[in-house]
Amino acid sequence: MAIDKTCELFDCGHRACGGCGASLAARLFLKAAGPETIVVSSTGCMEVFSTPYPETAWKVPWIHSLFENASAVASGIEAALKVQGRKEKVVVIAGDGATFDIGVLCISGAFERGHDITYICYDNEAYMNTGIQRSGATPYDASTTTSPAGKVSMGNKRPKKDMPRILAAHGAPYVATASVAYPADFMQKVEKAINTPGPCYVQVHAPCCTGWGFDGSKTIAIGKLAIETGLWVNYEMVNGEVTKVKKVVRKPVEEYLKEQKRFRHLFKPARSTEEIAKIQAIADANAEKYGIDIKLPPKKDAGTD
Amino acid sequence: MALEIMEGSIAIAQAVRRCRPQVVSAYPITPQTHIVESLAEIVANGELAADYITVESEFSALSACVGAVATGARAYSATTSQGLALMFEVCFNMAGMRLPLVMTIANRALGAPLSIWNDQQDSIALRDAGWLQLYAEDNQEAVDLHYIGYRVAEDHRVLLPTMVCFDGFILSHTYEPVDMLSQEEVDAYLPPFVPKYRLDAANPVSMGMYATPDYYLEFRYENDQAQKRALEVVREAGREFGKLFGRDYSDLVESYRMEDAETAIVAMGSICGTTKDAIDEMRAEGKKVGLVRIRCFRPFPAEDLKAALANVSRIAVLDKNISLGAGGATPRGAVALELKDALYGTSTPVLDYIIALGGRDVRIEDIKNVVAACEAGDGDRFYGLRTEVL
Ligand SMILES: Cc1ncc(C[n+]2csc(CCOP(=O)(O)OP(=O)(O)O)c2C)c(N)n1
Ligand SMILES: [Mg+2]
Repeated sequence: MAIDKTCELFDCGHRACGGCGASLAARLFLKAAGPETIVVSSTGCMEVFSTPYPETAWKVPWIHSLFENASAVASGIEAALKVQGRKEKVVVIAGDGATFDIGVLCISGAFERGHDITYICYDNEAYMNTGIQRSGATPYDASTTTSPAGKVSMGNKRPKKDMPRILAAHGAPYVATASVAYPADFMQKVEKAINTPGPCYVQVHAPCCTGWGFDGSKTIAIGKLAIETGLWVNYEMVNGEVTKVKKVVRKPVEEYLKEQKRFRHLFKPARSTEEIAKIQAIADANAEKYGIDIKLPPKKDAGTD
Repeated sequence: MALEIMEGSIAIAQAVRRCRPQVVSAYPITPQTHIVESLAEIVANGELAADYITVESEFSALSACVGAVATGARAYSATTSQGLALMFEVCFNMAGMRLPLVMTIANRALGAPLSIWNDQQDSIALRDAGWLQLYAEDNQEAVDLHYIGYRVAEDHRVLLPTMVCFDGFILSHTYEPVDMLSQEEVDAYLPPFVPKYRLDAANPVSMGMYATPDYYLEFRYENDQAQKRALEVVREAGREFGKLFGRDYSDLVESYRMEDAETAIVAMGSICGTTKDAIDEMRAEGKKVGLVRIRCFRPFPAEDLKAALANVSRIAVLDKNISLGAGGATPRGAVALELKDALYGTSTPVLDYIIALGGRDVRIEDIKNVVAACEAGDGDRFYGLRTEVL
């Protein structure tokens, strides 16, 4: 089934910041999902900016209940549709806080039960709605309002939780990571997830200009840099096996870090070579684990022949 | 009418089956377990065409009901105590979204200390959540209140979730004769659920939006108005039930031997059975004692209580809950708190007795002791405390 890219089910006029990666994720996933979709949101930026009563940006049936229960609400919807013999697809779109942290109980239950739902996590790597606090998805050393860099702190103390593998371990038939910086790839993955029976998970990197500290015109560029440095890997897992990985000619992580205020303390007042090296090591480990490196042929030395 | 001797929980499960929920989502907890086990069996045997979601927690149980009802399906859940406490956030949310449900509460105490035994603290703690709350005295009533509960909850004048509360163990595990209506009888009384709004791709709506201070107050007003309308809808549904099946539940409060009563006991739930026996004995001894039993606690039938208690000299409230810290120097439970509010401006003394918490047994003698204490003006205290804590 071809994705109708002209289909717009996420209306304009919502209250997202200019350059919001999450709003782009909403618009794109709905193009892939189409109108026969019921959407469940979690409490967070997207819910708030898209539904200030009495306005809504959602042109498909949409429900928000709480911060942490979207997958349980989706379970109930899926069960009801089944009993009623209806064919709509159920798609959760929830933040990283809702997904990695407070909603884990409900997600684990829903995936273990095997409901036919697609769960999309828009990962902006912190609790943005409440003012940029860290989550289990916040990367190592990022400064947030609850993991601030300070005289004795380099920011967030732990690396990102590996949520896709946790869900793959539940037996999810399809798990994928994507980025709003690669819209066609993201939409294809959503489509695949929706058309795969059972609980599927797509985690989409959604740069947040306000929370990460970059200009709203650079959302896509920042998203690309995350991929090009190996700090974010786009891949697909089918029945627990990695089947497809986006390969890159890797850039040093510094190119990504230095563009964002959340990593400013790594460069100012002094360059923290040691910390940057640790982040480079995370990217290197990602590259190794997923085999993302494109090996260029060795450059020929000028003048040897 | 065919009476059958049944365990309370099994009778509830059979009643729920006859209500034809399309989605059942519940998590086991003593003393509710027999209900959900029995329903699982009913579904497994193909006697109810429902999707039974075996959730990992009560939090998900009720959240799944939110999704199911929002999609237009009739749903059912049951819980108690710790499970209900875990649902706290969803309870407010579900009522706020005006999603009708019937959930059985097999009333049980809340920890700490851990107790699996009966009192009514669990549902009472959620009295502000926006749900209707009905309390049964015996298993026949508990069963019937499920049919009535769905009818009221799904009525478009109400659209609110409903707790049918019956005392854990005392009713849930007790065998009593119950008249189980036939499926045809229930179908004649309870029409299929017709949602006012539902999640439907053919007609997209947004549910559970974000409201600024410009709108929130009005949502709460509407919620409270629905509760107020429910006073009449419950009466109506109870009356209609009586017409069809001979058991009339049109009264939100039941008066027992109140005709010339000087002392009135006010209580809810199974303790009223013992109280009625005690009253019969006291009446035989010439004491003018009666009972006003609250069947519907939410909406609170303030006017009905005022009328029922208009001519008494004193009131003894049996509270199987406590609002810790309320009441100034003396303890207070929710029934007394709300009753005093309803009777404000009258001069009838209302004396509160915190009783039977955590499953402490109450016998006919205890009720007589309460009445004697009330007559002596000795109340607003715990009843039956071990002396070593005093
Ligand atoms: C039970 C509960 N705890 C805390 C909150 C406050 N809260 C609302 S949104 C949010 C963070 C949302 O983070 P995320 O899921 O990452 O979404 P984002 O806002 O970043 O898009 C928090 C902490 C809440 N609404 N409910
Ligand atoms: Mg976030």
